[in-house]
Amino acid sequence: MPAVPNQLWEITSLSLRVSGTAVVLSSAVGIPCGVWLAFARPKYRRSLSVLVHTGMALPPVVVGLLLYLTLSRSGPLGNLNWLYEPAAMITAQFILSVPFVIGVTAAAVAAVPGELVWQLRSLGATPWQSRLTVLREARAGVALAVATAFGRSISEVGAVMIVGGNIEHHTRVLTTSIVLETRQGHFALALWLSAVLLTLAVLVNVAIVRAQGRLPA
Amino acid sequence: MSESPLILIQSLRKRHSPDFELSIQSLHVDAGDVLCLLGPTGSGKSTLLRLLSGLDRPDSGDVRFDNQSVFAAAPDVTRRIVTVSQRPQLLSDTVRSNVEYGLKVRGHRERAANVDAALKQCRLTTLASRDCRTLSGGQMQLVALARALVVEPDLLLLDEPTANLDPAHVELVEEIIRESCAARQLTVILATHNLFQARRLANRVALILDGSLVETAVTADFFDRPTDSRTSAFIEGRMIY
Repeated sequence: MPAVPNQLWEITSLSLRVSGTAVVLSSAVGIPCGVWLAFARPKYRRSLSVLVHTGMALPPVVVGLLLYLTLSRSGPLGNLNWLYEPAAMITAQFILSVPFVIGVTAAAVAAVPGELVWQLRSLGATPWQSRLTVLREARAGVALAVATAFGRSISEVGAVMIVGGNIEHHTRVLTTSIVLETRQGHFALALWLSAVLLTLAVLVNVAIVRAQGRLPA
Repeated sequence: MSESPLILIQSLRKRHSPDFELSIQSLHVDAGDVLCLLGPTGSGKSTLLRLLSGLDRPDSGDVRFDNQSVFAAAPDVTRRIVTVSQRPQLLSDTVRSNVEYGLKVRGHRERAANVDAALKQCRLTTLASRDCRTLSGGQMQLVALARALVVEPDLLLLDEPTANLDPAHVELVEEIIRESCAARQLTVILATHNLFQARRLANRVALILDGSLVETAVTADFFDRPTDSRTSAFIEGRMIY
């Protein structure tokens, strides 16, 4: 068998690190934005929802290309020296996953009956307290938002290939390895890596669902 | 009218839709009163309760609670007013967690004794650890009542609290309201279209029709000696709406 299985831990670990960081960042930004969007005035909510839904449909290769141009030496953020670094891959995955977190969180929060917010206020909750309570009521939807973001990130290949370069021992992740092995005709190995990727996706989603069940109400 | 009523409504106006406006020139409620707002569905009772809670703002006029405008009062003043709605929205949690919510948001650390007392008062002790999503409509309304009473409000606003309940739960809810009023000087404003409930619970009754206050009187006078022909028609069931 080729050398890749020996690097499996390294590739898997980098995949988890890059996608995990991207999901943590997109959740930190996206969940508050989603709650804000759900409570925003209808005229702002409608136009911003269009923007968020468009973000959900962003083609990864387009994001990769634009990020490449931004991070390349002559680009506006060239001095960061992030190109072909995990940081660039995290940024790409963040851009691709944050609209999902915002959109799904907003939908989950908006699905909580508006009358509940009013009743919480009438029980003495401040606007912040009532919003936090509503967010907790929508926790199943928020967990779904995080799971969706993880799925989008871990399975992404176009953008990370462009900005990460699939460099061995440095920016090679599961998806870019699968592409490489397929191109080289190592189909058995590509399938094996795919199985690892799928197992990871299942395990992380099971963990999220279990954590959701344990969340204090 | 006493020297300083607990609630004083002054020239209150609120347009809800192009064809409906609530307009109450003057109404007062003294501490310890149980005022029943009677009127058909859509007459403006719920709109008035929302304005009284201070959470909805009027187009003009004012609601003074304990000599302060509810629309400008500090949270510790408005937190003395609590509302129970016709269709209670409970948290997806246990009965106990729902009941202690009001104390939690007020930052009370020692909540157990108050929660236990409210659960007992509303006959919910055996259901304390039950998930609210498994309760019947009547039990849910009792939880809503318990979570309102646990914070010991000075003014309790009840919006058709028994509209969807069976007779046994109606009796229980009314009994709890009576007990709460007897235990301390709780003021209650109850919106209902149930004449019998108004007779059983209120010491004063007001009739609201099409967003306007028609008549306010002590319960016996309201039912036995109404001064407005529309009140007579409403009481006698001759009013078609």
